[in-house]
Amino acid sequence: MKIVVCVKQVPDTETRIRIADGKVAESDVNWIVSPYDEFALEEALKIKEAKGGEVVLLSLGPERVVSALRSGLAMGADSAIHLKDPKFDEADTLGTAHALAAAVKTLSPDLVLTGQQGVGGDNSQIPGMLAEILDWPQVTVAVKVEVQDGKAVVEREIEGARETWETTLPAVISAQKGLNEPRYASLKGIMAAKKKLIETKDAAAMAIPAEALAPKTRIAAMELPPSRGAVKMIEGDPETQSRELLRLLHEEAKVI
Amino acid sequence: MPGIVTFAEHRDGKLRRPSLEAVSEARRLASSLRGPVTAVLVGPGVEGLAAELAAHGADKVHVFDDPALGAYATEPYARALAQVVTEAKPSAVLVPATAMGKDLAPRAAARLGAGLVSDCVSFAVKDGRLEARRPMYAGKAYATVRWEGDPQMATLRPNVFPLEKADASRKAEVAKGQVDTSARAKVTAVHAAAAGKVELTEAQIIVSGGRGLKGPENFHLIQGLADALGAAVGASRAVVDAGWVDHQFQVGQTGKTVSPTLYVACGISGAIQHLAGMSSSKTIVAINKDPDAPIFKVANYGLVGDVFEILPKLTEAAKAYFAAKH
Repeated sequence: MKIVVCVKQVPDTETRIRIADGKVAESDVNWIVSPYDEFALEEALKIKEAKGGEVVLLSLGPERVVSALRSGLAMGADSAIHLKDPKFDEADTLGTAHALAAAVKTLSPDLVLTGQQGVGGDNSQIPGMLAEILDWPQVTVAVKVEVQDGKAVVEREIEGARETWETTLPAVISAQKGLNEPRYASLKGIMAAKKKLIETKDAAAMAIPAEALAPKTRIAAMELPPSRGAVKMIEGDPETQSRELLRLLHEEAKVI
Repeated sequence: MPGIVTFAEHRDGKLRRPSLEAVSEARRLASSLRGPVTAVLVGPGVEGLAAELAAHGADKVHVFDDPALGAYATEPYARALAQVVTEAKPSAVLVPATAMGKDLAPRAAARLGAGLVSDCVSFAVKDGRLEARRPMYAGKAYATVRWEGDPQMATLRPNVFPLEKADASRKAEVAKGQVDTSARAKVTAVHAAAAGKVELTEAQIIVSGGRGLKGPENFHLIQGLADALGAAVGASRAVVDAGWVDHQFQVGQTGKTVSPTLYVACGISGAIQHLAGMSSSKTIVAINKDPDAPIFKVANYGLVGDVFEILPKLTEAAKAYFAAKH
């Protein structure tokens, strides 16, 4: 079974976001593999361990993305493809999905796994767009995946319920927290990752037309959230505090 | 032809509130974007829901009534939405950012070659074009986004856009459509959660617990206060990672981003990734024994003290408050 795992390199979730020139300042960012993509990779590795096959990582981005691919290789992926081209710099989600789809086509896998969203961008768009461009079925926000002959049985979360889906393969499945507990790279894995191949491909190598990469959305401005004002501290014993809080929530905040 | 298309989600024979939020926002935007508001309704026997969509602002309701569309499936639903958009050529398409909408919209957008902006919290119209505001980094930053070309497609964060007052005298033209219902990925079973449980992302009030509760055996204190307030239960990442509660309760950057009218954080210190997920709440109450905890920086009301003493008293007082009110 051949599995492609799409990973995105994102700022660490503990990062305090700073904005300069209407953009997130990258200088003091600690880059990590998006946590949801780690669930996707862990699931791919588990499927490989159970059924055999290979796991190929795919990531689009500038030079720094290589470190995300190395950490995925250290976890146990077999090889990696780095989609790197200045032409990708302006791509929005749809353009990114077109580039990923072009690379997936050259690999003809049985399954594509990826995170249900990239933390930071928080778009949750790539899995569905990728599936549509490939003309494959999709199951998103998976918390359980079982691969059987030519199909996958997937559990996904919706509001107040959990659904079981069945999909033919190949398919795109996106991973949600709760799917598994990603492994840590072993020292042996880290050493082995240094010898594994990371292939770099540009738009021309995958024959991606310029119009597929033309952005349909643009971020015009970025700003920090509005500040929330000063906190009102409520003093007294617990009973007094409780009664005063309820009074303020009713009379002042008008939320109860 | 200009206009706005919205997708209307329903469950158990009722429209879900985020669908009405989307059609309400479409109605408001239609005054500057012009053209009709068309709602797309998919499923067998749902035509009756068209009247409620009309009352909240739909001029047209496009119904795909087919027994084969009873359960949500991405492919035929995306085909249906894309078909209406292709025919109506609207300037904007608004889809609720619910579990269904988030699964459906990207697929439909790719089918249409449309730009999609996720999880918008407000819109403006400038020079006849839409401009959206959306949180990024789970709310640590806000982006203003514009589209190139039409349709300008967006998903709308639930619980943010107000409902238009229902006007029962408003009527909508109902059109019927047909679509290829085949799907390679299908729902085979639904396991509903306990009845009456309030969904986090759509809750008006959330009571969340953190490490200050010391152990899973004390989480009933959070549930108790939540029950008294008619609230949903949330949790910090620390207690989810420690296995006290399931991850579906997690609020924060790798959990759910919420915007209730009231958020009560109990024994939560306020790690940056937690603050990201809840700081857009209208009113925030923090209860913590450490007066220097970062949670107080985003709170409107702060109670310094022991959660084990305050929570039982607050639960009792809340019960008395609501008993007196009714």
